[in-house]
Amino acid sequence: MKEKIRKINIYRIFIYAALGSLAVTIIVPVLWVFMASLKDNSEFYGNPWKLPEGLKFSNFLEAIEIANMGEYFMTSVIVTALALLILLVVAVPCAYVLARFQFRGSRILMSFFHAGIFINVNYIVVPIFLMLLDWDIALRANSGLGFFLDNKFVLALVYAATAIPFTIYLLSNYFRTIPKDFEEAASVDGASHFRTMVSIMIPMAKPSIVTVILFNFLAFWNEYIIALTLMPNSTKTLPVGLINLMQSQRGAANYGPMYAGLVLVMLPTLILYILVQKKLTEGMTVGGVKG
Amino acid sequence: MTPALLLVLVFMVYPTLNVFIMSLYKWGGLSRNKTFVGLNNFRILLTDQNFIKSFQNTIMIIVLVTIITISIALIFASILVREKVKGQNFFRIVFYIPNILSVVVISSIFSAIYDPSMGLLNGLLRMFVGEDFVNIQWLGNQKIVLYAIIIAMIWQAVGYYMVMYMASMSSIPIHLYEAAELEGANRITQFFTITLPLVWDTIRTTLTFYVISSINLSFLFVKVMTSGGPDGSSNVILNYMYNQAYTNSSYGYGMSIGVTIFLFSFILSMTVNRVTKRDIYQY
Repeated sequence: MKEKIRKINIYRIFIYAALGSLAVTIIVPVLWVFMASLKDNSEFYGNPWKLPEGLKFSNFLEAIEIANMGEYFMTSVIVTALALLILLVVAVPCAYVLARFQFRGSRILMSFFHAGIFINVNYIVVPIFLMLLDWDIALRANSGLGFFLDNKFVLALVYAATAIPFTIYLLSNYFRTIPKDFEEAASVDGASHFRTMVSIMIPMAKPSIVTVILFNFLAFWNEYIIALTLMPNSTKTLPVGLINLMQSQRGAANYGPMYAGLVLVMLPTLILYILVQKKLTEGMTVGGVKG
Repeated sequence: MTPALLLVLVFMVYPTLNVFIMSLYKWGGLSRNKTFVGLNNFRILLTDQNFIKSFQNTIMIIVLVTIITISIALIFASILVREKVKGQNFFRIVFYIPNILSVVVISSIFSAIYDPSMGLLNGLLRMFVGEDFVNIQWLGNQKIVLYAIIIAMIWQAVGYYMVMYMASMSSIPIHLYEAAELEGANRITQFFTITLPLVWDTIRTTLTFYVISSINLSFLFVKVMTSGGPDGSSNVILNYMYNQAYTNSSYGYGMSIGVTIFLFSFILSMTVNRVTKRDIYQY
């Protein structure tokens, strides 16, 4: 009996050791970045594991003002918000129609959007760039001004477009689970289809719409390769600006602001995660592939 | 309805068709002259050493990331679901953190960890080995760099798949384990005879995810951490495609790489799916 208890204890110690070490390998690098963002430049030449000697918040000021991270932050906010708005305005009615109405070609449309899920942006980012470049060249010939590249709205439009197939898939599946009785009652009361959608279906589909917003917020905010390619000049989103900052600061051996910039990129997602972590980890079983 | 269709057609379908069509052309991307060369681009690929190297790297990444991530994620998922662990929620929350960070952020963090003189990893080794420790060039050594990237990718992926397996495992009825316990089966036997067969279907689904996301994410990791260096030794296939099409202005050639890797990932996913097919156990 004693033997058995000891065996169980060793087993439990082993379990906690394993869990603890994985947790440490995840927390320590993230915490270290926060620490490094407050270090003075001279401290980077010493032992990297030392705590910062003082709290140098001026690193953040330097990153925001001199390295333009403040401006990039605003760009990211605008692009992300616009893209989410476009996505919802475009995808919600479409998903509702596909879920509820049978018409000629509705099946084909549904499988068309399904197929779109398998198109990955990494393959098509250069073709999109060339297409926009072509439009710009045509436009310049007429008006002398480019429009499609380095444009926040166009970037948001591309983000929204790439997220449409999966969003429609997710939302229309959810709409189908809502009983039809509510809509029938609404139409008896004389509500139009549009009215029914806005005041009945959308409130009822709120959980799935929240999931869509959460996942796409993270996707748009964190996106790098499309933003890099479609905004080749001075307008930049936060992740692109961050890489820019890393390269220039590393060259100039000015490390504090570099890590301050890193904190600026990840802080909003971390705060959001802490607020809604339950929703995220529950919603992710329907979240699909990352990347 | 129409706007959604239009957006997808313009920004997804048209560019995709463009990839396939342009892979048959010799075209710089910016000039006006496109020459139809049939499958010639693909013929060049077969003898392109850089292409072959990046293809090998990609396969290596897919295989290692999948095997290691699956093992870690399954073990930790089953610990968190099966054992009465204090702070179970805390661990789940922490393990999922990498998944919400941008790949750009993760790559930057790992660049800082791997930094030869100021990095955390060499700093740690120096504390253990002593001051005569010679700094290791984690990202600068051709033999190490790919493994360094693979570790970063695993760090990123473990939590995501763990949460997925946890969801699947928590629906397994307890009485199966209780019966096994009475029969005298230990934890490890229980894992292989009960847990694994019953979550097999979830594992199969995630295998496709591993293939697709390893190909895509390795591109971003490599682009930020090494841009393929040193000397092309950490190049992966999508990075090579991007460089050819965008930086090097060999657009047509780049697209033929895209078509190849797309077909490859498709065939690989199908094969994996076929090979892992088992009868689904009912409970």
